[in-house]
Amino acid sequence: MITVENLTKTFPGSTGQVRALDGVNLDVAAGTVLGVVGPSGAGKSTLARCVALLERPDSGAIRVDGTDLVSLDGTALRAARRQIGVVPQGDSLLRQRTAAGNVALPLEAAGVAGPQRRTRVAELLDLVGLTDKAGSYPDQLSGGQRQRIAVARALAASPSVLLADEPTSALDPDTTGSVLTVLDRARAELGVTVLVVTHDMGVVRRICDDVAVLEDGRVVEHGKVLDLVSDAASRTAASLLPAVDQNPAAEVSFDRVADVVLVGFAAVGALLPEATSRFGVELNLLGGGLTRLGETPVARFRVGLKGERADSALEWISDAGGSVRRTLSGPQGVAA
Amino acid sequence: MRSATPWSIVFDDLLVATGETLYMVVVSTLIAVLLGAPVGIWLQLTAPGGLKPRPVLHKVLGFVVDLGRSMPFLVLLVVLTSLTRLLLGSTIGPTAAIVPLAVGAIPFVGRLVQNVLAEVHVSVVEAAVTTGSSTSRIVRSVLLRESLPALVNAVGVTAIALLGYSAMAGVVGGGGLGDLAVRMGYQRFNDRYLWSTVVVLAIIATAIQFTTNRVARGIDRRRTASV
Repeated sequence: MITVENLTKTFPGSTGQVRALDGVNLDVAAGTVLGVVGPSGAGKSTLARCVALLERPDSGAIRVDGTDLVSLDGTALRAARRQIGVVPQGDSLLRQRTAAGNVALPLEAAGVAGPQRRTRVAELLDLVGLTDKAGSYPDQLSGGQRQRIAVARALAASPSVLLADEPTSALDPDTTGSVLTVLDRARAELGVTVLVVTHDMGVVRRICDDVAVLEDGRVVEHGKVLDLVSDAASRTAASLLPAVDQNPAAEVSFDRVADVVLVGFAAVGALLPEATSRFGVELNLLGGGLTRLGETPVARFRVGLKGERADSALEWISDAGGSVRRTLSGPQGVAA
Repeated sequence: MRSATPWSIVFDDLLVATGETLYMVVVSTLIAVLLGAPVGIWLQLTAPGGLKPRPVLHKVLGFVVDLGRSMPFLVLLVVLTSLTRLLLGSTIGPTAAIVPLAVGAIPFVGRLVQNVLAEVHVSVVEAAVTTGSSTSRIVRSVLLRESLPALVNAVGVTAIALLGYSAMAGVVGGGGLGDLAVRMGYQRFNDRYLWSTVVVLAIIATAIQFTTNRVARGIDRRRTASV
């Protein structure tokens, strides 16, 4: 649906040119949510501004349905902007307009007539759950409500892509949830493709299908969240999975020690008990825990196994879909 | 000591002069706002970081505006007499005074409007840009609309400044309260004229300030009005 190809952008800095984006490639399938994460200064904002068509990249392409939007000008550029709904960073509502008036802004720009405009505004206020705030001014709304109105506004002109730049950075955890729910509904009910730029892995945890990790203007990791978490070496796994405390003293009494990542209801619920009974091994949880990525339960446990067939048990878990990585600190070298 | 002018005569003269002053202030404020606001919009649009950054044009426009503002009004009055004669066929009377008053206030209004528009937060403007709005729509629906309370106050500030200038215009035959104060009050040592003009001028200035403040606050939808 939206692809970013080889995007580069440099800014003049105090010590020569600063390369904010250095050949960024992204691909977001229709109807999915991609989270772009990374530390401060990684180029997230620049990327968001380029995709929002507020900043022109030095080179590269941004394609929505195959059409490159980067080189457009004038009327064509304005039309292209309507294909990408933008929830900008920070407070962006018109403070002299009601919530409904703010949502109507893109429709006015698109030349939608009064009656249809009102119908559409009502639909969107309903989508974000703020029908009763239609006549309220931004200063009468909470931060979370304002941000949901900003999402409704971004969706007003029926864009195929929704870009949200740090949509939750100014919000407390409770209101963050309400904004993320609204983004998720936009994808589920309108089929919009969503690109969220955020420093908050919680956003990825809750609504993202895919994730791209940006570092120094480059994409260093890009893929499905559930695939990446199974790769213990990935940055995504490191930041999304429950931490495992190092406790070598507890580990020496086991024949095998391993980190196991389990994805999905079936795996989390059944895999470890079944391995225990199948292979007659004793299996202890030494650390880690359970979390949820979107609707999917995901676990990372450090397990200690005792028994002759411990290796077979680990192998079986791995074959059954669990991701197994033996720890180097374990005693298996001695036992084997 | 000679007898003071009867209050009834002073009142009649004051009434006429007040009418002339209000006429000069209202019309010249209107013209100055109508012509100065576009200048302010242009200054803001062409500014670095504006919607249509044009650094050279912005500098030139800014220079002309500052030149206009640095011109002492009394000098402008004299310099513009030929323009006034060209436009109106006369350089005497309140109508003739409107020309230098309005022209003198255009750069003033331009800077005021630019400063007011610059206060609209950049994220709000960019949000409008991403909706695919044209520049003219953004100027109308976002820049001007969002800063309307501050613009109303700017009109008040302009009107009060022009009230002061209109008193000077009286000196070159413009009539009005300033003329009355100088001719009847100062030059003829008539305190009744002098002080009653001062009172009327103070009342007009206060009324303008009060009204524009009230209107600005009345139309402002922000909880904490920062105007």
